[in-house]
Amino acid sequence: MAQVKSAAFKKASTRALHDQGIQHALNHVMNHFTEARASAIAADYSDESWDAMRTRAAAIKAHTIGNLDYYLDLADRSIRRNGGHVHFADDAADATRIVIDIAKRHDVKRAIKSKSMVSEEMGLNDALKRAGIDPVETDLGEYIIQLAGETPFHIIAPAMHKTREEVSDLFHDWLKSAPTSDIARLCSIAREALRKHFETAEMGITGANFVVAETGTVVIVTNEGNGRMVTSTPRVHVAICGMEKVLPAIEDLPVFLRLLPRSATGQRTTSYTSFISGPRGPSDEDGPEEFHLIFVDNGRLNLLKDEVLREALSCIRCGACLNHCPVYRKVGGHAYGWVYSGPIGAVVTGPMTGMKQAADLPFASTLCGACRDVCPVKIDLPKLLLHLRHRLAEGTGSGERAGTWMERLYIRRWHDAVKTRAALDRSTRLGRLLQKPLVRRGKVRSLPLPVISGWTKDRDFPALAPKSFGEIWRDGLGPAREPE
Amino acid sequence: MQAALCATCLVDQFFPEVGEAVVTVLRRLDVDVTFPEEQTCCGQIAFNGGYRKEAADVARHFMDVFENERHVVVPSGSCASMIKVYYRELFRDDPDDLERALALGEKTHELTDFIVNVLEVTDVGSLARGLVTYHDSCHLLRELGISAEPRSLIGGVSGVELQEMPNADACCGFGGLFSVKFPEISIAILDEKLDAIRASGADTVVANDCGCLMHMRGAIERRGMSVRAIHIAELLAGE
Repeated sequence: MAQVKSAAFKKASTRALHDQGIQHALNHVMNHFTEARASAIAADYSDESWDAMRTRAAAIKAHTIGNLDYYLDLADRSIRRNGGHVHFADDAADATRIVIDIAKRHDVKRAIKSKSMVSEEMGLNDALKRAGIDPVETDLGEYIIQLAGETPFHIIAPAMHKTREEVSDLFHDWLKSAPTSDIARLCSIAREALRKHFETAEMGITGANFVVAETGTVVIVTNEGNGRMVTSTPRVHVAICGMEKVLPAIEDLPVFLRLLPRSATGQRTTSYTSFISGPRGPSDEDGPEEFHLIFVDNGRLNLLKDEVLREALSCIRCGACLNHCPVYRKVGGHAYGWVYSGPIGAVVTGPMTGMKQAADLPFASTLCGACRDVCPVKIDLPKLLLHLRHRLAEGTGSGERAGTWMERLYIRRWHDAVKTRAALDRSTRLGRLLQKPLVRRGKVRSLPLPVISGWTKDRDFPALAPKSFGEIWRDGLGPAREPE
Repeated sequence: MQAALCATCLVDQFFPEVGEAVVTVLRRLDVDVTFPEEQTCCGQIAFNGGYRKEAADVARHFMDVFENERHVVVPSGSCASMIKVYYRELFRDDPDDLERALALGEKTHELTDFIVNVLEVTDVGSLARGLVTYHDSCHLLRELGISAEPRSLIGGVSGVELQEMPNADACCGFGGLFSVKFPEISIAILDEKLDAIRASGADTVVANDCGCLMHMRGAIERRGMSVRAIHIAELLAGE
């Protein structure tokens, strides 16, 4: 599995905040995505009709996730009927083994890949290389980060943090191309380099945006056409997807094909929508001789088992929650430390990879709710984050309590202080005494207290008022009292 | 009409002048304001930290204090959301408390919601001067759906002009616990908000939540900026 570096969220986010290139890219690309999404929706839908579509998509997903065993079984039977092979992988290692076994059987030297987030979870490229197979990413963004040896910065724009100059340098180093800052030229350099791989690779690996259970159809949406090349030119096609990608029937698909591109890139539709229902048939001109689909668990059962978190399995990986998240927009994707970033990354990383190492992520949100408002399948992300905070604070899962003892001490003190008004007034009086040495002109410029001292690094903190509102009320703002 | 004021912790302990402004405005509108003196906190800080047990304990005290009132007015979208929206979540497995929470949520109103939708007033007869911009606090906007009410109240203040800032509905980066756990990110988000306020040209930024205001003011004061950050009640109390 790809290494999980989420424990370093704080350090990595600080680094990103001070990286001007990243800040510039985030500013630029995030605004582009949010504006494109808003105008694409406004062009075709009223608020009500867009909302109705989200409600319908959420209902389809909830139904499917609630009956996942049934629909996976149906998909399995349909794909076999179409002449394909189906595999179920428990974890990343299992899925990787299946891919390598298939490759070995076909004596594969080179595998071309279309974008797949699950293959990122698996760290598939490294595993293939270790097995003597040369993996080549063919999505332009993925190709760039493969050359750079990085992980995706964003679910749908993996190389958004790279400037054209950086891309030119990478191409110069790896492909010996002449430096250029012309984007069209850079695209054609990649195109030429990839063309020979399309012609020679024996195996194509893709993800799947949707798998229609009833017909056994894998649906892939792409913009560059590379997905279609990867699924039609090599002898073998292996599609890998999370087990939650299944949809019951073909009638369930259109609503998602409308929601996904608009939410993701602000397009009405992507340039290519491929429907693949198995290997090449007797009358087909092209297509693979062999077709495999691998359904991957890799921690998804941990989400499914939790009644609240289960909702996260509805995610269609559009990236809208990232684009609208004030935190993602500042720290970018790498800070989250694994494959998924932004609000959805903050929700799924812990349950999928281990709660403790990802314990910072559910707290790395202002709970502003912008993600929930734009989610095409209405995942209540703030609720899920709060649920994870609860699990982490109280350790309702086994051995996952992560709050520091200092934090728990604060909470206990707070709890004692607000139990009754008399207790609160006592605490306030004590606080006023203790704050005296810290207050200058009604402000605290430095709070020398563990956990909360970070507040005053760039901000003043207000001093406790000389009289609380409660006291002001008692002392005359409220109605006159009978003498006691 | 009678209404009980829930001052909120921040107003009670740090910004009592906001509470006084609320009383001034409501009394001007002939509301008989009461202040149930046993009140402490709604429990949100523990709830958002994941400490549900402590939050539920404090929330029960809150319900004891307020449940016999006819109307509860809260000068904070965030605390009002806790009571109206998140108590439902907090007590989801406890039918008795859930029923109490639902009933209390029904009669709890954020200040501008109360003035515009219950009292049906948009001109509270106040007077002020200057160019004002309005910041949408996240919970008020996205949990309670309130954005027109504060704007119409600001529009009703004589002598004041409302000038929208870019992305008024973008988070200011406070996020309660978040501002303490991740101060650097919190400030980076705030920088964008302060730029937007500056771009509006306004001399005053108004918000309905003392959390956002404490965060904005903290940086405004540290940097010696000239813009004022005030609670909407303070604007509406002017005469």
